[in-house]
Amino acid sequence: MALWTFFGLTEGKATTPWPRRGEADGQADVLGMPRFAPEHCQEGCAVCAEICPTGAIAPRTEAPGGIAVDYGRCVVCQLCTEACPTGALSPSHDWAFGVRRREDLVWLETPAPEAEPAAGQRAFRRSLHIRHVDAGSCNGCESELQALNNPFYNLHRLGIFFTPSPRFADLLLVTGPVTHAMLGPLRATWEAMAEPRWVMAVGTCAVSGGIAGGGYACGNGLDGVLPVDLYLPGCPPNPAAIIAALLTFQGRLPQRVLGGRHAE
Amino acid sequence: MNGTEAATVPCAQMAEIARDLFAQGGRMQMVYAWHPEPEVTELLYFASPPEGGRFLLWRCRPEGNPPSLARIWPSLGWYEREIMDLFGLAFANHPEPNRLVLSEDIPPPFNGSAPARASRMADIPRPLPAIEAPEVQTLPFGPVRADVLESAEFTFFYIGEQIIHYHPHLFFKHRGMEARFAGLTPRLGTVWAERVSGVGSVAHALAYCQAIEAASSCQVPRRARALRVLLAELERVYNHLHYLGHLANTTTLKVGEAQGKLLEERAKQINARLTGSRFLRGLLAPGGLRCDLAPGGWLSPALEELRAETARYVDLLERSDSHLDRLITTGVLLRRVALDQGATGPVQRASGIDRDLRRDHPYAAYADLPLVVPVRSEGDAYARSAIRAAEIDAAIAMMQRVLLLLEDGPVRADCTPAPGAEGLGWAESPRGTLFYAVHVGADGRLARVKIKSPSYSNWRVFPFTVHETNMMDYAINEASFGLTIAGCAR
Ligand code: SF4
Ligand code: SF4
Repeated sequence: MALWTFFGLTEGKATTPWPRRGEADGQADVLGMPRFAPEHCQEGCAVCAEICPTGAIAPRTEAPGGIAVDYGRCVVCQLCTEACPTGALSPSHDWAFGVRRREDLVWLETPAPEAEPAAGQRAFRRSLHIRHVDAGSCNGCESELQALNNPFYNLHRLGIFFTPSPRFADLLLVTGPVTHAMLGPLRATWEAMAEPRWVMAVGTCAVSGGIAGGGYACGNGLDGVLPVDLYLPGCPPNPAAIIAALLTFQGRLPQRVLGGRHAE
Repeated sequence: MNGTEAATVPCAQMAEIARDLFAQGGRMQMVYAWHPEPEVTELLYFASPPEGGRFLLWRCRPEGNPPSLARIWPSLGWYEREIMDLFGLAFANHPEPNRLVLSEDIPPPFNGSAPARASRMADIPRPLPAIEAPEVQTLPFGPVRADVLESAEFTFFYIGEQIIHYHPHLFFKHRGMEARFAGLTPRLGTVWAERVSGVGSVAHALAYCQAIEAASSCQVPRRARALRVLLAELERVYNHLHYLGHLANTTTLKVGEAQGKLLEERAKQINARLTGSRFLRGLLAPGGLRCDLAPGGWLSPALEELRAETARYVDLLERSDSHLDRLITTGVLLRRVALDQGATGPVQRASGIDRDLRRDHPYAAYADLPLVVPVRSEGDAYARSAIRAAEIDAAIAMMQRVLLLLEDGPVRADCTPAPGAEGLGWAESPRGTLFYAVHVGADGRLARVKIKSPSYSNWRVFPFTVHETNMMDYAINEASFGLTIAGCAR
């Protein structure tokens, strides 16, 4: 249809060259996880832990600053950064939080070295097929997953595809805290996948339950439900964070976060 | 309850009240239950009055089984079923007393002392018709669907291409969100409200905060009220753009889909530039805003550019016959059905019902702004899409006005509800009427929060446009309703 030709042309130009080239990931102004600098903590202060809605920050006397920070539970509400009197927790643009080990989301004085991708994961360097399952999200995570195929991110160009069939999928990408009613369908989808199969938890709900976990209708994310190969907290993680995590899974990008610290 | 015209009545009188309301042209909005004291259950019925004015509220304390109003107001049927599930309270003569939100036989979560299933006459979660004609085939689809979609299960009964009957099962994603508010401080409740339906973060947080403000009888500063309009309209714009792109996907207009989704991305990037959040989260607070927003000089031109590009895009959609042919006369929702079943938002406005909370029950700064409410009468997929396209334009025009008139000043007032306070808040979300009712406990924390979401209403309506239609039109029709499942299931 000639009518649409012009748009067809602009569409090509709309795609960002990131992550192959440049910095145009589209998230220039997006706030990420609060940055933690325990050297600024005041003796006996735990206002952040009191306000944190999900227990991502908890008082722990023996820890640096007297608090323990678990980014796997953080819903990026920024309340701690507003409450902190000294800037020990400060707003940041650190959102590339995809990690292989759950422990890497917990802030540590001395992070352990990066875990190598399992041998099988490298096999997907050229093309990766994903089956998504919504296990009770608020739809924020789906909104960002759907954005991956818009002309700006154009996920296909990286050889990554969503597939309707679990049989053809290499990776199961799960959002939501896993409601009781979705537990069965989620497991059935995983079982329908051919081995080797991999699992990625996208969004704080899937990582730890987030704001929804527990209660009479929900579990606490994927732990104990399926073996997880990649955790990506965020509420929701933005499309660039999802792309970066997928590339980390494939061994195409190094993991940015170790011991809860985001490399510059 | 603050924000309403309230009366306490015997439950037995509700049927008469409901009939009178119907005769006078008012509209039942919702009913929910809570425990004002341990072991005491109270029902609260909310309605829009026939003429403008405050929302109506009737409260009653059932002794035995209260009468079901679902035969008078079909739209209340789901609310009553949800109460049966969650409170173990049975309504007498309910036309479809099946389980709704719960997936399994657990004791009613809000009433641990009642036994599981105590309340219901039947306990199949899905009231499917028994069709014995051999030529009728059944197709269950979901809850894990193709592509990146929210989970839900749809059952089609069909012959060839013709759908005989359609039944959606929408509560696989029920997270029990209302219960999660209990015990939170009013301030923290906003974090949860923003995560009931992600693409409705602002509308949910706004209705919630306004409910807290009604409970506290406090005044939100002028600047905060204006900025709230800005946020709410930004949310409308990215949602409607997504909708247009998604609709083009269902009519296989690929370039139209890509362009809609690209414009949605631009809108989300504008959101992030202004607020740090693509979903405009983390801004609202009871009493105003968490911190001031400084809309820089860039915002107005960026919005104008988005408006111009959207206008061009919509114009191209309007000239794409292959697209229009699939929309026109597809999924017709009659005005009568829209009224009876409780359609809301752009869906009702596309079926000739001229209602919009921003105008009819103004909040934030809407009373001071020129508001265009597009209404059409065809009731088809085309009308629903045309309403949304027109609303994008109107929203951007309104935001420009807000930016022009924005005054300096504080953005937050102290709004701490007293123990025992109650309030009703509402917002016209991109999908329609959204209500939050809040009850504050003796400790100053939230005791009960009820959410009436627009998708709960429109999902109830949607099947009426699917029965006896064509399989080929189904996806288009569903997209044209612009529904979320998280908002519905909560
Ligand atoms: S930003 Fe994260 S760590 Fe800070 S209060 Fe919110 S959830 Fe807790
Ligand atoms: S992680 Fe956040 S955005 Fe994603 S589903 Fe959960 S609440 Fe929604």
